Amino acid sequence: MSPILTAQSVSVRAGTKVLLDNVSLAVTTGEVIALVGPNGAGKSTLLRTLAGELKPNAGHVLLKGRAVADYAPRDLALHRAVLSQSTQVAFPFAVREVVRMGAGEGRRRHVDALADAALADVDLTAFADRVITTLSGGEQQRAHFARVLVQIACALEANGPGLLLLDEPTANLDLKHQLELLQIAARCARQDHTVIMILHDLNLAALAADRVLVLANGSIAADGTPAATITDEILGRVFKVAAAVGQVPPAGTPFVLPHGMQPAL
Amino acid sequence: MALAASADAHRTSAWRSPLVVLSILLLMLLAVALVAASVGAAGIPLRRLPAALSFGQADLADIRRDQLVLWSIRLPRIALAIMVGALLAAGGAVMQGLFRNPLADPMLAGIAPGASFASAAAIVIGDRLQAGALLPFALLPAAAIGGALLTTILLYRLATRSGRTSIATLLLAGIAIGALANAGTGFLVFLADDRQLRDITFWLLGSLSGATWAKAAAVAPVLALVVAAVPLIARGLDLVVLGEAEAFHMGVAVERLKRITIVLVAAATGVAVAVAGVIGFVGIVVPHLLRLVIGPGHRLLLPSALLLGAILLLTADTFARLVAAPAELPIGIVTAAIGAPFFLSLLLRQRALIG
Repeated sequence: MSPILTAQSVSVRAGTKVLLDNVSLAVTTGEVIALVGPNGAGKSTLLRTLAGELKPNAGHVLLKGRAVADYAPRDLALHRAVLSQSTQVAFPFAVREVVRMGAGEGRRRHVDALADAALADVDLTAFADRVITTLSGGEQQRAHFARVLVQIACALEANGPGLLLLDEPTANLDLKHQLELLQIAARCARQDHTVIMILHDLNLAALAADRVLVLANGSIAADGTPAATITDEILGRVFKVAAAVGQVPPAGTPFVLPHGMQPAL
Repeated sequence: MALAASADAHRTSAWRSPLVVLSILLLMLLAVALVAASVGAAGIPLRRLPAALSFGQADLADIRRDQLVLWSIRLPRIALAIMVGALLAAGGAVMQGLFRNPLADPMLAGIAPGASFASAAAIVIGDRLQAGALLPFALLPAAAIGGALLTTILLYRLATRSGRTSIATLLLAGIAIGALANAGTGFLVFLADDRQLRDITFWLLGSLSGATWAKAAAVAPVLALVVAAVPLIARGLDLVVLGEAEAFHMGVAVERLKRITIVLVAAATGVAVAVAGVIGFVGIVVPHLLRLVIGPGHRLLLPSALLLGAILLLTADTFARLVAAPAELPIGIVTAAIGAPFFLSLLLRQRALIG
């Protein structure tokens, strides 16, 4: 299958600081990729560059064979959707209104149906008429994820499967909603959308991703299946923690590790 | 309980139906305009209004007198109050959308002093360049709009870093820029000769009492521009409420939207200052009241702000004409008396955000 997204020798600098150093990447349609790495490794910068939001100082990003910089914003929005790390809503919009915004500026049919479906997906149907700023951080995050789902559904109608870029989508979520979100991401991949998400929890990354991209100091330190990338060696070299992958901690230390994305009923 | 909830939901939906909201506002504006046309130092009873507007019967002497008052004094003033009020409120709503904060107001944030300074400069420099000749009337609004544009761009640059706007920086930078512009105006007053000084003073005091059809004609094209732009920018401003990066992700051409809104805010503020002087707080009070009743969506908020701004300023102006008749209260006093406490209450509620 041809790659949906390619990054060719992408470098991003802020002043003299190098945020991304010569990153190249090819992503196949329908992949679920977890982007992991220590704080400041350049994960968000890479995601924002792939989204077309940041212009790289060198290199190109191609989406479906065309440079992201060449898309008009409205057209680009019908190929890829982005969930930012924290989104502040400045005026008292209702949750349903925010979710409908995923359809963009134009008037589109079935937006109400798409918004209702997305609200049900993220478990916020009962909150649809609440003002979004009165919700908890996790609930707001889920509302914004629902907005992104509306956008990617519009993209699917207009141009077929697209690209979902999620910056720490599980931050602020309780365990049940973390798993539900990963399930929805997997469902999107089954519709042939491609998902790239920044995750901090390596266990969740191993559970949800086909491919893990480990970023360190603006470069790709490892790229492959979870088994190939989440190793004692990487944990030590990149994350600077001494840990043993796949072994039960010493007796008496409780640990919780979801073994699947299906929440209990 | 269920009944109450459904009744509540029903009421909300009625208040958000554009047709209902805009019809109510239009009727209110018509009622206020009728009252404003009728009351004043020379009263025209409502029953004589149709005749004075030349579609009714009345005593000929009455008609002559009424027509003179109505057509040369009262109607131009009503037209000007409606248009300036509409521009002030819409300018406020658009600027608040752009800066993502309900406290942003062109009149408070240094844009009005910028417009005043540019106009004063046009009076002094223009007069020196072509001594003796009369200044073309359109020069002053054009200079005011230019000054407002420069100040708006400067404020935006100062207050916004990578798509995030700091309201504290905006308000403080507004104070600094306002002080600088006022210093500039003061310097021009110092430089000006007697005739220029009279022009500048007349200008700075500005109020709706000097309304003429010529002034109304200078405002009309700007109002038409703003009205025409509303459908182009309304949905984009909704999406910008989530942040500039997010709006871009959802397909908004953010840079283009910003350029349009900055020009609109500057044009609305500049021309309002040019014909009526600095009238504060309309741009804050009107959008805020509307958000409480009809919600924050700009597709309904912007047209409603145009109408409610017109209603509010026409009401305030009529009140200013009547309360100390035959003298007139400056309208800025009326709007500040209503608006300043309002601004403070908003500020208190936002204190957590400002820090």
